[in-house]
Amino acid sequence: MKTVAVMSGKGGTGKTMVAAGFAVFSQQRLLLADCDVDAANLSLLLKTSDTACRPFMGLDCASIDQSRCVGCGLCEAYCRFSAIDQGDDGVFQVNPLKCEGCAVCTLVCGEEAITISKRQSGEVCHSETPQGPLYHAELFSGSGTSGMLVFEVKKDALENKEKLPAFLIDGPPGIGCPVISAISGADAVVMVTEPGISALHDLQRLVTICRQFGVDMFLVLNKADLDKERAEDVKRYCAQEKIQMIGTIPFDPAVIAAARRGETIADTDTPAAISLKEAWKTLCTAMGIPQ
Amino acid sequence: MNIVIASGKGGTGKTMVSVNLAWSISQSYNVHLIDCDAEEPNVHLFFPGERSEQPVTAEVPEVDSEKCTLCGACGEFCRFGAISVLTKSVMIQPHLCHSCGGCQLACPVDAITEVPRKIGMIRQSSPSPSLTVISGILDEGEIAAPEVIKTAKKAGEWDGISVWDGPPGTACPVIETMDGADVCILVTESTPSGLADLKRAASLAKTLGIPRGIVINRSDGEDGPTLAFCKEENIPVIMMIPFDREIAAIHNRGAILSAEKKEWKEKFIQLYEDAIAIAGGNA
Repeated sequence: MKTVAVMSGKGGTGKTMVAAGFAVFSQQRLLLADCDVDAANLSLLLKTSDTACRPFMGLDCASIDQSRCVGCGLCEAYCRFSAIDQGDDGVFQVNPLKCEGCAVCTLVCGEEAITISKRQSGEVCHSETPQGPLYHAELFSGSGTSGMLVFEVKKDALENKEKLPAFLIDGPPGIGCPVISAISGADAVVMVTEPGISALHDLQRLVTICRQFGVDMFLVLNKADLDKERAEDVKRYCAQEKIQMIGTIPFDPAVIAAARRGETIADTDTPAAISLKEAWKTLCTAMGIPQ
Repeated sequence: MNIVIASGKGGTGKTMVSVNLAWSISQSYNVHLIDCDAEEPNVHLFFPGERSEQPVTAEVPEVDSEKCTLCGACGEFCRFGAISVLTKSVMIQPHLCHSCGGCQLACPVDAITEVPRKIGMIRQSSPSPSLTVISGILDEGEIAAPEVIKTAKKAGEWDGISVWDGPPGTACPVIETMDGADVCILVTESTPSGLADLKRAASLAKTLGIPRGIVINRSDGEDGPTLAFCKEENIPVIMMIPFDREIAAIHNRGAILSAEKKEWKEKFIQLYEDAIAIAGGNA
């Protein structure tokens, strides 16, 4: 099974639109994962049913037993994350938003007043869609561990027993922890970009990451006609870096209108849909994925 | 006065709002513009020119093999799997290290010291006497964006006006960026994804106790569900930016809308005044 991750560097270039379009254009059912776990939207575009979730345990968290605490302040002094504060009432408290569960406070506390416990930071979910099983997640507000959650979503997806020809991942923006977690193990990355100096700058940083992983790279240029000059910059960059452009999608308000109706680009009769369908075919041929 | 710009969904226009807001304020006051989107920083692209750079480092353990007895205490203590004590040596995986310093405390023979490892840089410039631009830039292949963000914010810390351009999402980089803000401006677009992610970001700001205001970008007049959410949550909509190919083109080529169009300078100054009112609980 080939694994393809749809990524972008810059946010809002159209990753989810492309991933949902690919899923609908595919004649085969695919294994699907939404790895943009702190802004997950693939389930808004695909028709999901039978959603089942399990708890995601993120980083551990410290808590202070006030009956044992003598107020020495060592925990606060040694905490590198400023997660322990002394309140106006003199009581030392753990701020769960900042605690990374490293347990250094338990090591320095002479009164054994601090314990470390598990905490739930979100949910990993599985839904059925007409395009195949979809794995997705919800990160709880104030929980930071998105890279770990991406790992869990992919792990659950890969335990699916259905025989499917490809694993399609809708990735997060950026180049950090969740992105590296999403690209890890992928055979190919489809990079979605748009004309503009920010998107090109972010794309270049993503390409550097992809080269570190040695994955095959493909590019979809979205909203191509919004700025023809900047679109040429992207084409020149691809030629120079030997990245295959598999699709050029024009800007089309009909695509936004479709999203508002809860439909994918594939459900529309637009030049954008035709171009994206061609992109999927080209990708399948290049990667040996049955269409 | 710290104003943080966030969105949840990527690509809604955070950087455009940050750049134009800071530039417009700088026509009357001194302002620090801090790029906290360390994974994909773009603010500096709008202010080309001379700049200084400083490395950002994270502390990682180094084991003195002369002193180490391979007792395993460090590996046992590390909760992030960054230290493996093997039969003949200790293996450190710096990418997994959270720089908590615990291994050094756990070692009974003082065999561990911490050494700095470069994970990114801070880039600073002064495009005008009243505007300082500071960017936190994560090195490609590194994961510790929050540490770079924290360093960038510290570099720009002062008593005056700061604008913090945040990363997308709601995870650790966003929490680090929002920490200490007086007001949060949420930039959204009226699509189902934009709204779903706006709800997440609005909820995070609320959890952190930061007063909120909303900017609707690329509006085509069909903003019903977004406006309904704002009303329900009692968050004021403090700016509407219409969908306009010309605005997009100006921003995409790296120019500053407020500098090219006087009416937008006025609008962004008004945005600043509204943000102050929200921060003071007077919205």
